[in-house]
Amino acid sequence: MSFLIGKEMSAGYGGSDILHTCTIGVEQGEIAVVVGPNGAGKSTAMKAVFGMLPLRKGSVLMGDKDITHLKPQERVRYGMGFVPQNNNVFTSLTVQENLEMGAFIRRDDFSDTLTQVFDLFPVLKEKRSQAAGELSGGQRQQVAVGRALMTQPQVLMLDEPTAGVSPIVMDELFDRIIEIARSGIAILMVEQNAKQALSIADKGYVLVQGSNRYTDTGSALLANPNVRKAFLGG
Amino acid sequence: MTDFLNVLALLSNFAIVPGLAYGSQLALGALGVTLVYGVLRFSNFAHGETMSFGAMATILVTWALQARGISLGPLPTALLALPVGIAITIGLCLVTDRLVYRYYRQEKTQPVTYLIVSVGLMFLLGGLIRFIIGPNDQVFNDGTRFILKAGTFKAMTGLDQGLAIKTSQSITVVTAVIIVCVLFWFLNKTRAGKSMRAYSDNEDLALLSGINPERVVMVTWIITGALACIAGTLYGLDKSYKPFTFLQLLLPIFASAIVGGIGNPFGAIAGGFVIAFSELFVTFAYKKVLAYLLPSGFAPDGLVQLLSTDYKFAVSFMILVIVLLIKPTGLFSGRTL
Amino acid sequence: MTPRIKHLSLFSIMMMLLIMVGLIQSWNVALTILNLCLISAIMTLGVNIQWGYAGLFNAGVMGFTALGGLAAILVSVPPVPEAWQAGGSRTILGLCFGGISIGIAVVTWLKTANWGKKRYWLTGAVVAAGYAVMRVTVDPGIAAIEAVEPAKTGFLGGFGLPILFSWLVGGAFAAGAAWVVGKIALGLRSDYLAIATLGISEIIIYFLKNEDWLTRGVKNVNGLARPVPYEIDLQSAVWVQTWAERLGIPVIEASSIVVKLSYAALFLSVLLVVFWLSETALKSPWGRMMRAIRDNEIAASAMGKDITWRHLQVFVLGSAVIGIAGAMLTTLDGQFTPASYQPLRFTFLIWVMVIVGGSGNNLGSVIGGFVIWFFWIEAEPIGLALMDLITAGMDTDSALRHHLMENAAHMRLMTMGLVLLLALRFAPQGLIPEGKR
Repeated sequence: MSFLIGKEMSAGYGGSDILHTCTIGVEQGEIAVVVGPNGAGKSTAMKAVFGMLPLRKGSVLMGDKDITHLKPQERVRYGMGFVPQNNNVFTSLTVQENLEMGAFIRRDDFSDTLTQVFDLFPVLKEKRSQAAGELSGGQRQQVAVGRALMTQPQVLMLDEPTAGVSPIVMDELFDRIIEIARSGIAILMVEQNAKQALSIADKGYVLVQGSNRYTDTGSALLANPNVRKAFLGG
Repeated sequence: MTDFLNVLALLSNFAIVPGLAYGSQLALGALGVTLVYGVLRFSNFAHGETMSFGAMATILVTWALQARGISLGPLPTALLALPVGIAITIGLCLVTDRLVYRYYRQEKTQPVTYLIVSVGLMFLLGGLIRFIIGPNDQVFNDGTRFILKAGTFKAMTGLDQGLAIKTSQSITVVTAVIIVCVLFWFLNKTRAGKSMRAYSDNEDLALLSGINPERVVMVTWIITGALACIAGTLYGLDKSYKPFTFLQLLLPIFASAIVGGIGNPFGAIAGGFVIAFSELFVTFAYKKVLAYLLPSGFAPDGLVQLLSTDYKFAVSFMILVIVLLIKPTGLFSGRTL
Repeated sequence: MTPRIKHLSLFSIMMMLLIMVGLIQSWNVALTILNLCLISAIMTLGVNIQWGYAGLFNAGVMGFTALGGLAAILVSVPPVPEAWQAGGSRTILGLCFGGISIGIAVVTWLKTANWGKKRYWLTGAVVAAGYAVMRVTVDPGIAAIEAVEPAKTGFLGGFGLPILFSWLVGGAFAAGAAWVVGKIALGLRSDYLAIATLGISEIIIYFLKNEDWLTRGVKNVNGLARPVPYEIDLQSAVWVQTWAERLGIPVIEASSIVVKLSYAALFLSVLLVVFWLSETALKSPWGRMMRAIRDNEIAASAMGKDITWRHLQVFVLGSAVIGIAGAMLTTLDGQFTPASYQPLRFTFLIWVMVIVGGSGNNLGSVIGGFVIWFFWIEAEPIGLALMDLITAGMDTDSALRHHLMENAAHMRLMTMGLVLLLALRFAPQGLIPEGKR
């Protein structure tokens, strides 16, 4: 039983389901990666876990508590952080303001968390008073992740954090994500760059057409010849 | 040299000083339009009437104060009544939002429906205002009329051209500066202000961050109501209060907001002054200026007016058209606060 | 209740209301209301073409109406030879200069696309120079024209053609203005069209009020030639006299009823033609495409439809219909009074008609035009009576009562605002919903 788990979820837009009894979960301090071909329902699964899409069947549990019926905002208060794939920063706000907005629901002093985020992403400290819209793609992703960390979540969900950034920046981002996981946060992410993502994953889910095809540790999936052949390009 | 100074005095008296006052009034009006646009995403046609309503509320309170013999000495009594007027206007904005706009927000209606709704509200308010205070001119400016009289200026400088500064003009500019400073402090330094900017920038992400949209909307209406009341009262103090004029003010106000980039508060202020000065300089009669600058004998016969004063609203339209043609996003492009 | 019965009953109720007015007040009043109902219905059809077919918000109906009115005087008033002699050619020449310089400016702008900042200055200079040349030529001409017997003429007059012809010209004027505005504001955010039309309509009214050489401005143009007989002539006609005798009404009243009926016949035929054309257009592939664009712009654009161009077509067509109605209105009034154009009466009221009638449905627009105009006219006596009733308990010289009675007229404004808001909120479909086709 994982710390956060979306159990046997069926959900979709309009009439038909995109997810079919799909299960994804993650432990505290671990990284779980969801991979699969285009249109496999990876992002949909993330949305379902975060409550942005109502479930037709199945449930979402966190720390053994049923949170299936909580709204996304309530899940944020409950300890979940979410970084959407697109439009994930406030472009006209400065970096620091972005982080402050991330901590909007916190009424206590969050300067410690701010320092932690700046320690994790030193470049943000440097550019703290620059508008987030003026930053490079990789730096924006750091702002987005930093924003989500400001609530001190127990689970961090990332929807393709490395979309559109260069390989060097991607490696750097993955390093940071590992660092975040080491601090005890559960990380659930969707990735296009399946090989690299699985190499840092404690657990991997291969989705095909909205169903679980393979579920194993990251390294086991990387070693599985069927997975390699079908999904990792040999 | 004296000629040049005379020209300067002439221009200051008829264009620069009135332009600063008018520009401030437009800027405050456009700020209200731009805030509503930034947060609620529609052009509020009822804003002119909201300004009118605010001015009316202030006038009624002013009369009540005057009837009790309360005054501010050299300053207009309206300044004392203004806080009450602001409170009433904010009340109006919150009530209209609750009764009218909130429904469409929950229904997630298209922006153009908001537009029609605001037009309906504009006429409803217009009728209400005329019903309460009547359609006629109301002069409510008491206190000293001039800070600097034309005669005094002439005696002081020895120039032929006088320069008069009305109390209402200086009050307008000073108030506008204070209000703008407070507004920018609010938007950039306070938690509520930042959340307003964040919501305006990216609604979905604001929701994800736990920002309560209803609260942002409420704060927006409170600021808009205050701005509208102040702008309307200042305009009424400076010129005179007549319900009809606020319909005509709508065009220059929209033009100011769009020229600066609708949704951008800094742009609204810049736009207000661009419109005000263009209006005054285009409809200015340059006859006297040329008489000073050209050698004697070459002075023109006509008024040398680029456009007759009747067309001053056409100026804002022209500028609007030019902006829409060349840079529809405005000078300081931005959809966000 | 099938839709057909519903429509029939709506129109019968409307007719009965008008007949009641005829019986209670007078037939003259009833026919006056009917004539304006017909014109309102045409205007409403025009707005419905823009809003109902394409979702375009025109906040400047008043301006297009006034352009129709301008056409009425330019077509029908006989030319004033003295004024033409005094400054006609000069003014026309100056206006030509103005037109040419606009052309040059546009060409300059288009040809200097990659000149950077210099492009703005050059175009600006061309415009400024053209404007200066125009003003220098035109100003003395205008002054001369306006000096010709200002109390009687003081303007160029028109072409002295039958006024019916102006209905087409009015449509053309409005279409021309709509083309310019649409070209600028369409394709941008929907708010910009609303703001631009609001602006252009204000400016058109200012223009008509101030360009005395063309319109006599606030001095008005009275006594426009009529497309129907005059009362005086009818009163001496035998058939009118016998008819009046048979009905037992005074000949003067009979003659005026005949005049109003002839107007009604003219207006009704225009209404039918416009209605038939709009319905045919709506049902044609063009109309289907317009509604497809309205309902889903992104999908339509993905299918390769040029949305801005389609919107421009619809906007120009709708404005032309409004312009025709504007010319008809001035024809009916027999005079052109620029000061009478109020946004409330000519923009807002028409919008209330469209929304209440049922946006997207032509029949709805017609009934909306009838119903709202009827109550707009009848609201005044009703409102006054209501106020009288409310204040009946007060002292006759109570200040509040006095104030309420005096300002009762503004209740109409409020009521119409309220009607619009309530209709939008609780019956956005209107009296006759668009329905599925």
